[in-house]
Amino acid sequence: MVNTSVTLSGLTLTNPVIPASGTFGYGVEFAENYDINCLGSFSFKGTTREPRFGNEPPRIAETASGMLNAVGLQNPGIDKVISEELPKLRKIFHKPVVANISGFSIDEYAECCERIDREEGVGLIEVNISCPNVHNGGMSFGTDPKSAAEVTRAVKAVTTKPVYMKLSPNVTDIAAIARACEDAGADGISLINTLMGMRIDLKRRAPVIRNVTGGLSGPAVFPVALRMVWQVYEAVKVPIIGMGGVSTAEDVIEMMLAGAAAVEVGAANLVDPLASKKIVEELPEVMERLHIENLTDIIGGAHHG
Amino acid sequence: MFDGRFEIVSNRKIAKNTFEMVLSGDTEGIRPGQFVNLKLEGFYLRRPISVCDFAPGRLTLVYKVVGHGTACMAELAPGAVIDTLTGLGNGYDTAPSGDKPLLIGGGAGVPPLYALAKALLAEGKKPAVILGFNARDEVFYEEEFKSLGMEVYVTTADGSYGIKGFVTDAMDRPYTYFYACGPEPMLRAVYAKTVTSGQFSLEERMGCGFGACMGCTCKTKTGHKRVCKDGPVFMKEELPW
Repeated sequence: MVNTSVTLSGLTLTNPVIPASGTFGYGVEFAENYDINCLGSFSFKGTTREPRFGNEPPRIAETASGMLNAVGLQNPGIDKVISEELPKLRKIFHKPVVANISGFSIDEYAECCERIDREEGVGLIEVNISCPNVHNGGMSFGTDPKSAAEVTRAVKAVTTKPVYMKLSPNVTDIAAIARACEDAGADGISLINTLMGMRIDLKRRAPVIRNVTGGLSGPAVFPVALRMVWQVYEAVKVPIIGMGGVSTAEDVIEMMLAGAAAVEVGAANLVDPLASKKIVEELPEVMERLHIENLTDIIGGAHHG
Repeated sequence: MFDGRFEIVSNRKIAKNTFEMVLSGDTEGIRPGQFVNLKLEGFYLRRPISVCDFAPGRLTLVYKVVGHGTACMAELAPGAVIDTLTGLGNGYDTAPSGDKPLLIGGGAGVPPLYALAKALLAEGKKPAVILGFNARDEVFYEEEFKSLGMEVYVTTADGSYGIKGFVTDAMDRPYTYFYACGPEPMLRAVYAKTVTSGQFSLEERMGCGFGACMGCTCKTKTGHKRVCKDGPVFMKEELPW
């Protein structure tokens, strides 16, 4: 029997597979199709202080081996998430959930994190400082080490649960930002958010996405994500949740060899609603084939010396 | 939502850039006005296509070639198997239709009205349908609707066939309720002209097609709604037009 369990800052997950924020809603749509308690955890839809519609449509475009989205943090706002979504979520998911929080000011990040920290069933807070689809917020905090550290400090000061900062790949030096978060007290690092990209409609001679740019995800970004997880692993001591194009159990192993302690699955859920479940089911088989007894043994296992 | 495998029985051109694909597979739970989401080889995202007709074990899709995905779909031969999510979207509500509902379809918006017409007829109602196209070479399913035994009015924008003009030029007749599907400018024109209550089937670029990604959200009077999951059918009263 192989051991698939992993630990994130004292939080033990039965397996490292976590559907990524923005691809899993608050769990309800997937719970209609399978028992989502087979998952290690899941990261719920990025939540802000105010309800948000997000960007005007179209906000989805296809790419080679991936997709662009410019949803722009549509969510019902923290009040409704606490009063309506979390009670529904607790009925369908009985493990600690990852609470994904986003914001447009340091105060907003702190306020939302402080409130979600008190909620039963929240195991870990993932602070999204990397949304590429909103203006004057999101990614602007995650592309500069100083402001990334400021958000981290503000959130850590008002929370008790592990805080993982979710980083943007749209930067020159991801390691420097990860270090700044670690130095400011982050319990872990999540990466990567989507890569900024765009498509142009040849007939209309205009961007496909109304917001002009969107975030690229899917298998196309996997090698980039893997490289960044590798770099961050060499730069920090705190655990890493690796993500970006993960679609198979082999991808999970590869991410962990690069340094991830757990792995999020994003776009794959949108193409195959059973993708995360299939990865959980395939993982023991793949571990056996690769002679892995304890999954935790392979974290960073491809770094030699 | 159901995850199934469908085999192509036939796939033929029925009008300019328009194809009819008949598939065999499990159609249980499918309702008129819903759509299916097809995983095509070589494409990352699925292709959402409205359900034109269905019977036990048999599904008919009528689709327009508008991009690479649908162009590849048109090339698929009988025997090919497609990974298909079915039972997506809310579908039409036939309860409020009254005796004589009017079905209004424009171009690629025509197909879902066919399964709806059959459902209304099965309930003993007497639906009429307006089919709107740009020109004669785009007209399809006129005979199919006629053979159901219903009134059919065809409009073409250039006047090359049927009534010259838009679907709204054929709406001056008594009806108890309406169902409209087509491009948004057409739907807005119908909305402005219609005197009764009714239902609109909307379209938007989708990511997942089952309510997870929030890619296709629209604004309604009752809040933000996902076209794929809360729609694609919306009540006239819900739309902020």
